[in-house]
Amino acid sequence: MSAQGSTPMASDATMRALARRPRLRESVIQAFLFVAGAISILTTVGIVAVLLRESLRFFASPEVSLREFLTSTKWQPQILEFGIWPLVNATLMTSTIAMAVALPLGLAVAIYLSEYASERSRSILKPVLEVLAGIPTVVYGYFALTFMTPLLRAIFGRDVVEIYNTASAGIVIGILILPLVSSMSEDALSAVPNALREAAYAMGATKLEVAVQVVVPAALSGIAAAAILAMSRAVGETMVVAIAAGAGPNFTFNPFKAAETMTGHIVRISSGDIAYDSIDYNSLFAIGLVLFLMTLALNILSQRIVQRFREAYE
Amino acid sequence: MTSEMQALGLRCEVGGFAANLPRRQRVAGVWRWVLLAATVVGVVVLSVLLYNIVDSAFGYVAVKAKVDPQTLAVDGVPLEDLSKDQLVEVLRAHISEGLMRRLEQERPFAERSREEVYTLVLERVVQPQVVESWSLTDSLLRRRAIQAEVAERYPGATLEFRRWLTADFLRRPQSSRAEWAGVRTAILGSLWVIAITIIVAFPLGVGAAVYLEEYAADTWFNRLIQTNINNLAGVPSIIYGMLGLAIFVRALEPVTSGTLFGLADPTTANGRTVLSAGLTLALLVLPLLIINAREAIRAVPNSLREAALALGATKWQTVWHHVLPQALPGILTGTILAISRALGETAPLVVVGASTFIVVDPSGPFSKFTTLPIQIYQWTSRPQDVFRHIAAAAILVLLALLLSLNAAAILLRNRYQRRW
Repeated sequence: MSAQGSTPMASDATMRALARRPRLRESVIQAFLFVAGAISILTTVGIVAVLLRESLRFFASPEVSLREFLTSTKWQPQILEFGIWPLVNATLMTSTIAMAVALPLGLAVAIYLSEYASERSRSILKPVLEVLAGIPTVVYGYFALTFMTPLLRAIFGRDVVEIYNTASAGIVIGILILPLVSSMSEDALSAVPNALREAAYAMGATKLEVAVQVVVPAALSGIAAAAILAMSRAVGETMVVAIAAGAGPNFTFNPFKAAETMTGHIVRISSGDIAYDSIDYNSLFAIGLVLFLMTLALNILSQRIVQRFREAYE
Repeated sequence: MTSEMQALGLRCEVGGFAANLPRRQRVAGVWRWVLLAATVVGVVVLSVLLYNIVDSAFGYVAVKAKVDPQTLAVDGVPLEDLSKDQLVEVLRAHISEGLMRRLEQERPFAERSREEVYTLVLERVVQPQVVESWSLTDSLLRRRAIQAEVAERYPGATLEFRRWLTADFLRRPQSSRAEWAGVRTAILGSLWVIAITIIVAFPLGVGAAVYLEEYAADTWFNRLIQTNINNLAGVPSIIYGMLGLAIFVRALEPVTSGTLFGLADPTTANGRTVLSAGLTLALLVLPLLIINAREAIRAVPNSLREAALALGATKWQTVWHHVLPQALPGILTGTILAISRALGETAPLVVVGASTFIVVDPSGPFSKFTTLPIQIYQWTSRPQDVFRHIAAAAILVLLALLLSLNAAAILLRNRYQRRW
């Protein structure tokens, strides 16, 4: 404001004085902006502190030992059995099934959209995928329970497939992360310079050969990053498994049986009335900590792959 | 196929190349269709998902009344034609005195309209119950069979076509009976929570974006903030719920329950309030909002800033009068996307402690709350089929809300987007 008052004739000295004048408003605003930026740090610190504090309390209670937590395959809080493997196993099963659905489909969609599709079909297909990405996960949960599970039961038989099962939840999570895989992979494929494609065509390669043997390898780091990020999404996905995968920890490798995942367990226990500082309450934070570390590791791995292996083209 | 050269069909002898060509082209042709099919799967899934919801939201129901309305006729006048006073008498004759007194207390009968009393008679006396329900597809394709089935299995029941999504469904509060349940409390709860989320997240998100784009020097701390924001965007939403539970619901209970300000809702008086939920979601959408806002601010050309600074504007004047107005459409689009994310979130709110059953409208930041997605979750997890229908109807409401939000974002983008 003060700067507007100075005339073009102002001497060097006035200009310098103006520039050095303390501006309270500016400093206050800058302080607010800095705090806004730092809130994200506080959030992370908060998450880590909360998870660690309650987990430590959990492991400090006499009924629990870290060894049992990391090795036992029984999670039954009623009889004070706290082995995380049934929950981790169910999480890995749903995520693996999800990846088995999302990775081939997502990659195929990405290759089609980036290498084959005309401008017109792109303009139809991309919004469809964006709509899929925007649907709330609770709706996918409804879809898993009311459509995918009956479908699986019709195909494999009602005696084989239980009402709640990890296969149905996994497939639907796969659909849920499909847009993530396809859009990130497509970005990676589109970033491959045309010169590479043209060189391959000039040597007589077919369209498929160009796509699979030239473009995909060149974009591999981006595709791998997308896959890992999608895996992290699948591990942290909650509502689909809470609705469709089953309510009760179960150590099984059969995808047609009910089994509760880490996220599903947290939701089910916390939606009931639990007493603060009870061992049940604290155990949720121990599960949360494991979940947080798993997703964090996957996210960091994904970022590292992009940084380290990215092929930079002009 | 031993070497890459061969893989690319780069045989030196032209004869071999020509011999291989038809096979390679055939393979390429087949795969083209495979890739297309995979892409179409996405479209198919979306259609199936929507069809599955609509299929449940409409359809035939067999309704059986506890008390046959015909027996309630007074002097030969059927129930639906009775006057208000007659209806009150019918009500008095059929329900307990205690209940009558409670209804009178809630709102005196003198103040109630005839329609309201009629609804009460239906709800409390006639008590029509859905004994069986069918999907839309069944209702359209197997009408005859359904009629025969109802006549045989449920004598005395009437078959009617029910739209589960009605204006009444939007107006009614929660109820333990699916026939009378509505989403009013859930919609109001969602709106309250979202309002808090926006009020908190918007200034913080834009502020952080301005800081990172305009002010932050390349120091280790600012780089840490950037990496951190990217990592936060990947944290599962349920973890935010646990953060909210430990910090907002428990540690800050005096603030979030309102006792500190003497504003506590006597029915709640703990930290599981609209405010806690809103703050939790604000932290959840913050990274998304910051990333989008930074994108928008970065798109403003530097010449604009330099022009302002050259005229002697201070840093903040430049940002406030020139950069932010230009970036606003982009920022708002990002904000709307963040809001639609928050609107659909379920898991963190369950952990923070949404109420499972409330019939009273939330009236402020310190009320108990439930939201639309939570209502959907609860109805979906019930074993009875009837609740699937109202879950489907509630999903349609949620999707309609999200669709209008996204349409607004697209309009905004198309209308105000500038290319430099």
